[in-house]
Amino acid sequence: MSAPAVSAPAVAEVATRRALPSFASLKQALLALTLPVAMGIAWHLLTVGKPYSLIPPPSEVWMAMVDLAIGGPEGDAFSGTLLTHLTASLTRVFGGFGLAALAAVPLGLLIGRVPLMRQLLDPTLQILRPVPVTAWLPLAMILFGLGPRSAYFLVFLGAFYPILVNTIFGVRSVEPRLFEAAAMLGCRGSAQFARVVLPAALPSIFTGLRLGLGFAWVVIVVGEMTGVPTGLGAIIMEARQLSRTEIVICGMIVIGVAGFVCDRAVMLIGQRPLAWSPSHG
Amino acid sequence: MAEPTVPILDIRGVSKSFAVQGRTVQALSGANLSVAKGEFICLLGASGCGKSTLLRIVAGFETATGGEALMWGKPIEGPGPSRGMVFQDYGLFPWLTVRDNIGFGPKSRGRPAAEIRDTVERYISLVGLQRFGDAFPHQLSGGMKQRVAIARVLANDAEIVLMDEPFGALDAMTRERLQDELLDLWSRTGLTVLFVTHAIEEAIFLADRVVVMSPSPGRIDAIHAIDLARRRDVSSPAFNDVRRMLSAQLHSHHAPVAA
Repeated sequence: MSAPAVSAPAVAEVATRRALPSFASLKQALLALTLPVAMGIAWHLLTVGKPYSLIPPPSEVWMAMVDLAIGGPEGDAFSGTLLTHLTASLTRVFGGFGLAALAAVPLGLLIGRVPLMRQLLDPTLQILRPVPVTAWLPLAMILFGLGPRSAYFLVFLGAFYPILVNTIFGVRSVEPRLFEAAAMLGCRGSAQFARVVLPAALPSIFTGLRLGLGFAWVVIVVGEMTGVPTGLGAIIMEARQLSRTEIVICGMIVIGVAGFVCDRAVMLIGQRPLAWSPSHG
Repeated sequence: MAEPTVPILDIRGVSKSFAVQGRTVQALSGANLSVAKGEFICLLGASGCGKSTLLRIVAGFETATGGEALMWGKPIEGPGPSRGMVFQDYGLFPWLTVRDNIGFGPKSRGRPAAEIRDTVERYISLVGLQRFGDAFPHQLSGGMKQRVAIARVLANDAEIVLMDEPFGALDAMTRERLQDELLDLWSRTGLTVLFVTHAIEEAIFLADRVVVMSPSPGRIDAIHAIDLARRRDVSSPAFNDVRRMLSAQLHSHHAPVAA
C-alpha cells in the first residue's frame, strides 16, 4: 500500500500535546490561586482585631504553622512536631491504602471476571459499602484495640471500596470486540486475561487507586481518633480539646496539601502507562 | 492440470437461528458456498440477510445451528489465526502502538522476538504506516486504523481474510483508496478474501464472485461471477450492466409479496 494521505492531523495533534507554552501554565497557576487568595482575604477581614473571635485570623495560623514546623522562642507541646505527625499520617495513609490496593484489585478482577465469585461476594460487599468509616470506629477499636492497628484498618476501609468498585467496572466494561479480535489472532481463554482484560481495565483501576488514595486522606482524622499519639488527625483532635483552633486549621491545611501532592504524584506515575488513553495520559 | 479438489472453504447447508425474546429468528437458512484458494468473494445484501452471520460462522465466533462450515475439509471450531477478521469498528487494542497491534498475533503464538520484529516491519511497510509505528490507535484516522487492522491479520499468516463492511465507516475518498490498496495486496499475496458489503458498486469493483443474499430468512439467492477485467472501470457500460442486474435482483425482495 502507498503512504497514507491523512497523516498531518495526527502529527499536529501529538505535537501540540507535548509543547504547551509556559505562558499558558502561568495563567493556569494564577487562575488556580485566585480563589484561595480571595478566601484568605475574606478570612482576614472577618477575623482580624476581634478579640472574642473563635476563629483565629490567618496571621495567627501562619505563626502557629511556623511554630509547628520548626519550633519557636515560646515553645509548647506542639512546637516543631509537624514532621513527626506528617510522617505518622503518611505511613498510615500509604499503609492502609497499600493494603486496600493489594486486596481490592485482585478481588475486583475476580468479581469482574468470574460469575461465581460475583454471586458469592458482591451482595455482601455491596451491603457493607454504605456503612461509613466513622461507624466502624467503635468496632475497629474492639477488634484491633487502641492504637495504630485500628487506624490502619479504618484507612484501609476508606480506600478499599473506590478501588474495588472501579476495578470491577473496568473489567466488566472491556469492549467485547476486543475479545473477538484477540481470539481470532490466536489469544484465547485464560491468556486473554493478561493481554486483554488487564490492560483494558487499567485506566479504571488507576482511577480507583487515585480515588482510594484520596479517601485514605479523607478518613485519616477518623483513623487517628483511635488513640494513637501521633498523626495529623491526632493533633487535630488534641488541639480541639485544648481549644487551639489555630493548630486545628494548620492540621487541615497540611492534610489538604499532602493529599493534593499525593494525587499529583499518582497522576504523574500513571501518565506513561496510560499515554494510550485519550482521557488520561 | 490436477488442481487440489478440496476448497479452502466449504459451506454446506449452513443455518443459524437465534432465540430473541422467546421467539426463534432464522438469521441464515441453508447457505451453500464453496470458495477456492485465492478467490475474492463479496457477500452482498441488505441488513438482516445473514451476510455478517455467515462471516462470523466462518470466523468461528458463532456456531451454525444446521449444516457445516469446513476449512480445508475440516470443521471450523472456534476462532483461530487461519481466519483473520477485519471489523468495521477496527477492533484495535487501544493500549498497544501500531507496531504492537500488528505484532499481537505472532506474540500470542509465541514467536521469537526477533522474528516478530521482522514480521511487524514487513507488514507495517506493506500498508505504508512506517512513520506511525509508535502511534496509538486514537491518534490515527479511520483509514489508517483499518490499514493496521489489515496488517494485523496478514502478519498473523491468515489464509482467509474476513472483512465485515470494513470500509463502511470511512469517507468516500478514503474508501476508494483502500479498495485499490486491498486489491493490490490481494493480487500480490494470493490471499482468499471474504468481504461483506451492502454497496453494490463496491462488490462489483472488488469481487471475483458476488454472493447475493436476501433477508427473512437470510439466505443466498444467487452467485455471480464478475468477468470484468481488472482494474475495473466503475463508469464503463459493462460495469453498469452488472450493476443494473444486481440492483434489480436485490430490489426484487422489497416488492410486495404476491398473494
